[in-house]
Amino acid sequence: MAKSLKDRLAILSDAAKYDASCASSGTTKRNSLKSGGLGSTEGSGICHAYAPDGRCISLLKILMTNFCIYDCAYCINRSSSNVARARFTPDEVVWLTLEFYRRNYIEGLFLSSGIIQNSDYTMEQMVRIAKDLRLKHGFRGYIHLKTIPEASAHLIEEAGLFADRLSINIELPTDAGVEKFAPQKHPANIRRSMGELKTKIDEAHEPTLKSRRRKRFVPAGQSTQMIIGADKASDATILNTSAGLYSGYRLRRVYYSAFSPIPDASQALPLIRPPLMREHRLYQADWLYRFYGFNIDEITASQPDGMLELDIDPKLSWALANRARFPVDINSADKELLLRVPGLGVKTVLSILKARKHKRLGLEDLARLKVSVKKVKAFISASGWAPVSLIDRADLREMFNPPPEQLALL
Amino acid sequence: MIHRVRLSGAGHFDDWRQAARSLILQGAEPRDIEWGCDYEYTDDLFAAPSAPPRAVTGTLSVPRAFLTLAERLLCHNNPARFSLAYRLLWRLQRERNLLAQVTDADMCQSHQLVKSVDRDCHKMKAFVRFKEMDGEGARRRFVAWFEPDHYIIRRTAPFFQRRFTDMDWIIATPKGSAAWDGQSLHFNDQPQTRPDIVDETDDLWRTYFANIFNPARLKVKMMQSEMPKKYWKNLPEADLIPQLIRDADKRVQEMNNQTLNQTPPRFHQRLNKARST
Repeated sequence: MAKSLKDRLAILSDAAKYDASCASSGTTKRNSLKSGGLGSTEGSGICHAYAPDGRCISLLKILMTNFCIYDCAYCINRSSSNVARARFTPDEVVWLTLEFYRRNYIEGLFLSSGIIQNSDYTMEQMVRIAKDLRLKHGFRGYIHLKTIPEASAHLIEEAGLFADRLSINIELPTDAGVEKFAPQKHPANIRRSMGELKTKIDEAHEPTLKSRRRKRFVPAGQSTQMIIGADKASDATILNTSAGLYSGYRLRRVYYSAFSPIPDASQALPLIRPPLMREHRLYQADWLYRFYGFNIDEITASQPDGMLELDIDPKLSWALANRARFPVDINSADKELLLRVPGLGVKTVLSILKARKHKRLGLEDLARLKVSVKKVKAFISASGWAPVSLIDRADLREMFNPPPEQLALL
Repeated sequence: MIHRVRLSGAGHFDDWRQAARSLILQGAEPRDIEWGCDYEYTDDLFAAPSAPPRAVTGTLSVPRAFLTLAERLLCHNNPARFSLAYRLLWRLQRERNLLAQVTDADMCQSHQLVKSVDRDCHKMKAFVRFKEMDGEGARRRFVAWFEPDHYIIRRTAPFFQRRFTDMDWIIATPKGSAAWDGQSLHFNDQPQTRPDIVDETDDLWRTYFANIFNPARLKVKMMQSEMPKKYWKNLPEADLIPQLIRDADKRVQEMNNQTLNQTPPRFHQRLNKARST
């Protein structure tokens, strides 16, 4: 019996949940006031719901089909899995996107797919969905397409005219890992696709001589995802791969997805609980690299096995290993140094720079800026405060450890 | 001399601005003004109709940043918002760089209130759920019920206008309503009652919500910090949450216990054959 739309939605959203990204931010600002149509994007994304896994639901994240001719060990949709299969027609995906959007459930569509027939056939169908949304229905919401590996360059280029973001998953942190677990995928080809896309994005960004207007092409850039914990790669290896992706292909985001048990799992993979804390620490380290001026090497340098500490965050970990750099004087240190203080975020640092033009700042001023004075005071000096004895304390690290669990009386 | 100002409704920014302008030009000190509005009027402080502030002519200039700050500040439900905004305006006459003093007590309080208003606006954009109404006209009609903490309907309505331009909609709240008909926005300051409408598409959305959830990554606290329970009663998907949480462990166990010696599907075997030939 044919499956109903609802049954297929269940299968094809279940199949999509292992993609971490749900971002709808960073694209051009646009709205429907002039066109009188449907949809807008206003810079920052909106999370319309949260699932009990704590993840934001911003987009309708589905697969077009979960039939797949590839057999990647980590993937629920690999050809050898006995998972239930289903397929949407392009019109059904368009309908679902528009009707969900009208009810304000979502910011737009994140469409991915298993590979049917061949890469180009699959990519063509996905491009058609994006094109129909934009041209037939005048939809101005957010569209993210996961490009299909090995799809022709002209299809990727066409996709870029309609999508806000394109992504292609690097899948695993090392080439050896990809070759082992995803035998039909080729790391060199994945990187070539990323490189071609970067070139196209750069070209479109150059104002043309004639119009000075920039062509709209993948305005929210490209992103990728890698699975953490399926292979043996260390955090240092992972972060180095990320740094290469950020600098080499100017990716907007690298997503880390803790390897999660899947139904009908392949025997090639560990049956483990997803390493969620490790994933969290990697995101924090990624942030330090992109927004706090840290080099990748610095972040993991103090860890001989190349693994981030799980019980404290990487910024605190770095500070404890580099105590000679502290205390930092909040009334005179430059921005780069302030950003290195555990407990000071980017926004707070900007507020400090602004506030100290008018007065000398003490701990009470930091408290007003909602800084946890308890956390930062070992690392800073301020008006009326010098932490001399704190920074040299042997038990400084213990002060940041979570309190021991209270023991029950026997 | 004590000045009493009672603003209509929840106190619109333009009304406050006009009153504050006159008062500043008269030299009225912050401590000599008692502010109030119809919504928050409780005792008979204002029983005797007060004369509206004398219209005083003159020029008064403030940094543009003050206007955007005060506009957001006045959306807050804290009854002290009018006097706080006036105190900032008063001090700005002498302390021209007040707005940059981010550790000043008045500035800190303002920022706190404004942050709460901004968050409320953001959550409204996120958690409004439109339900379709029957109708014969050329435009489709939708209605939503939302319960904001602050007086933010006028502030957020243009967002919905820019986004849902091709449909007619009403967003009703206990603090008034906004409506769009394709031509202009209409506001009503009267408290509304919750409409009783069923939209079948909610069922598909609930299917999506239940299936996009990964039971192996349960993080209930994280969900609740971003989607506090106070919003749940108006979200069609939220009543699924307790069951999803209860079943999560069981589902992960089931996944792990699945026998691994199942034969792969036939098309996989065909694919393998094709590859090896």
